Amino acid sequence: MANTTVETAIPRVETDLRELAQDMVRRAMAGGATAAEAVVREGDEFSTAVRLGQVETLKESGSRAIGIRVFFGKRAASTYSSDFSPEGLDRMLKSALELSKITSEDPFGGIPEADQLGSLSGELDLYHEDVYSLPGAERIDYARRAEQAALDFDPRIKNSEGGSFDAATGHKVLANSHGFVGEYRRSYCSVAAIPIAQDEQGGMQRDYWFSVARNLGRLEPAEQVGRIAAERTIRRLGARKAKTAQVPIIFDPMVAGSILEHIFEGVNGDSVYRGASFLAGKLGHKIAGENVTVIDDGTIPGGFGTSPFDGEGIPTRRTLVIENGVLKSYLLNTYTARKLGLQSTANASRGLAGTPGIGPGNYFLQAGRKTPKEVIGEIKEGLYVTEFLGHGANLVTGDYSRGASGLWISGGELTYPVEEITVAGNLKDMFFNISEIANDLEFRGSVASPTLRIDGLTVGGA
Amino acid sequence: MVDECMVKSASQGISAGCGIRVVSGERTGYAYTDDLSAERILHAARTAALIASGPAKTPTVGFQQKAARSLYPVTLPSVDAEITAKVELVMRADSAARSYDARIKEVRASYADELRHILIVTSDGTFAEDSQPLARMNVSCIAKAEPLSGRGSSGGGGRVALDFFFGEKTPEYFAKEAARQSILQLDAREAPAGEMEVVLGPGWPGVLLHEAVGHGLEADFNRKKTSAFAGLVGRRVASEKCTVVDNGTMPWRRGSLNVDDEGQPTQETVLIENGILKGYLSDKLSSKLMGIADTGNGRRESYEHIPMPRMTNTYMLAGEDNPEDIIRSVKHGVYAVNFGGGQVDITNGKFVFSASEAYMIEDGRITAPIRGATLIGNGPDVLTRVSMVGNDLKLDEGVGTCGKDGQAVPVGVGIPTIKVDRLTVGGTAKKDPGGFMQ
Repeated sequence: MANTTVETAIPRVETDLRELAQDMVRRAMAGGATAAEAVVREGDEFSTAVRLGQVETLKESGSRAIGIRVFFGKRAASTYSSDFSPEGLDRMLKSALELSKITSEDPFGGIPEADQLGSLSGELDLYHEDVYSLPGAERIDYARRAEQAALDFDPRIKNSEGGSFDAATGHKVLANSHGFVGEYRRSYCSVAAIPIAQDEQGGMQRDYWFSVARNLGRLEPAEQVGRIAAERTIRRLGARKAKTAQVPIIFDPMVAGSILEHIFEGVNGDSVYRGASFLAGKLGHKIAGENVTVIDDGTIPGGFGTSPFDGEGIPTRRTLVIENGVLKSYLLNTYTARKLGLQSTANASRGLAGTPGIGPGNYFLQAGRKTPKEVIGEIKEGLYVTEFLGHGANLVTGDYSRGASGLWISGGELTYPVEEITVAGNLKDMFFNISEIANDLEFRGSVASPTLRIDGLTVGGA
Repeated sequence: MVDECMVKSASQGISAGCGIRVVSGERTGYAYTDDLSAERILHAARTAALIASGPAKTPTVGFQQKAARSLYPVTLPSVDAEITAKVELVMRADSAARSYDARIKEVRASYADELRHILIVTSDGTFAEDSQPLARMNVSCIAKAEPLSGRGSSGGGGRVALDFFFGEKTPEYFAKEAARQSILQLDAREAPAGEMEVVLGPGWPGVLLHEAVGHGLEADFNRKKTSAFAGLVGRRVASEKCTVVDNGTMPWRRGSLNVDDEGQPTQETVLIENGILKGYLSDKLSSKLMGIADTGNGRRESYEHIPMPRMTNTYMLAGEDNPEDIIRSVKHGVYAVNFGGGQVDITNGKFVFSASEAYMIEDGRITAPIRGATLIGNGPDVLTRVSMVGNDLKLDEGVGTCGKDGQAVPVGVGIPTIKVDRLTVGGTAKKDPGGFMQ
């Protein structure tokens, strides 16, 4: 592989994306639309995977696409294209205008009011060209070092799904017929390792670890990522089934985030106005214990969920979702805000086509004071969950039932690994039964939670 | 999409591109472009070729296009059909669901279709083309009877034309099914917890096979020996009543393909025959490196992705048991007939699938509906506990999408009624699972 070099720049005929987006909006309006919004996305990605010391894949590419949403009065339609030729763009515009004739009049439809639009000023620390600065061989080396550290950690690590290094940059432009035009760039890089350990009986276990950052400098050392991945894998060896029981359950930070995601789904304006969430109509009500405070903040510099404006061009903000157990705000885009008679919380997430959805900014549960060790130390018999399988949560009924694996807690200590078990309860009770929140809040993505203890759940096993 | 009785959104789009893969031993270089100019494609080719340590050793042979099958010969692809007819479908679904029961409070119905053109040329001489239609309807309902609520969803389709939804499977059919499930949930009681007998109904519960054995038999995991099934060919992995196949050649079905995404014709592959593991699902790279046949399972989400072994339509063949006898044989257990998704850890073999419609079986009779619960098991041995296989094989309605390494592809599943002697049910009821417990 000595001769492998990877070019970092792919030549592309430069198009002024800002001008293009505005032009599409102008043309839609000239075609009779009463409001229009265009989004252009352009991105480059690089990824490499090394397995058992050998390069397995190298992937490098760039892509771009444009989407447009048009309104004829209260009727809406959207189209997109990856074809930027004049014919491709014509076709996209024409189909949008035609499609909007078949949709229904919706009094709540439309782009945001002009006075809501804008973009955060100041440096948000989202884009660093250095994610692409490494020569190809060094990128591969990142992946190789992560995997090697895992393989070297313990002789029982005999196989691997590999180590990887990924980098990506994205550029987004949004323009609408109120004259708004905004753009931002974001970068990302990550290193990961997925070792496989085998015990004497031949039983295999796999786990992983990763580090992700907006610039190379903040990436954890590859060796550290590999070592943690190996530790997480080794501790699963010899896992057995637990007995069916009701015991306290600790969610490690990697799985605790899923509880926050369930809350997100429950306060998401789309679920709320449809009554598809048991949290609908609960503004101002207590929906969780005193100790629970949940915040969504799209403005944190360098954050994985940060952007200067949301998918509809509204400046991002900090929203207190739950304060000391009381539901203070839903998370809304323009449409769902209008449906509920509220203001958008700047959580619109805009794909290329379709109506904007709702997505989190940096969304987290406020940390408590105890260390995870202290929280575990208080439990006589319990389960420490490190992984969930499946998606068994129903926000309509609150029913919660998921496959799990982790470690059994006995006498305040993590003891043997357990697997092939379920964890079940009802989310309505679970939010109240978060009896401990540890102090280990750390963002490894846009959603983050400290270690949690939840009581009253049923472990299903042997 | 229709929501609150209004056609709230309509969207459409086009994406096109070219992906170039260069393979050198076990190494793969990949690049793609959505700009189809010769210059950009050449650049992608050069980028992908950086993986290779030198020029190709085997010369490219003359391209050959094999006689193509035609598993989905639609005359008018649905993407070209009148859009008003599609609007009619969702409006009909909406009104059918609402009129099912006064407790239905919310209905969302959607229709989506696509037409994918692929062209594959490879240095081994393969030249293949295909046009792949895909259409799908979905209906979801929320029922309320304060303080209770329930949700249900249904849908279906395949590589079919629009007339499928006006004849074979109407919007009313899907709407009633979604409505029925949401109403049923209003009366559901707590699900039991722990190991017990489980009877799976026919059709979509075949997702068990997809998770428990299908993924574990994909050749890439077995080549790397990272699957719990590695090295088990010729060994017993199921009871002798179980024969499981993957079949990409079923006309009109969602998981079917005339050729896979490497240009190889799809086929019917026996994975498990009378309980014995027969083989893996392979793509070109795995078949070459493992010295096994290419089963035509090399699939990818789009030109942006590297192909890998994937399932098509995976199902268990019908057995001889009468479904009623299967239910009657259970003293205390769960009868699960509808599922949400599932997931598997292919390395330790543990898999889950989540029941969205299930009932208790008590003394051989189906009794009360129970709340949604996850079922968990171990892939390499769950099928060894299958003691009865029904004579009622059914394929799913055509809604399955499978995700692997971030790539989504349409798939099908199917199964007859089966009885699993022991499977862990993830409910909340501790003792006396039949009774009420709070």
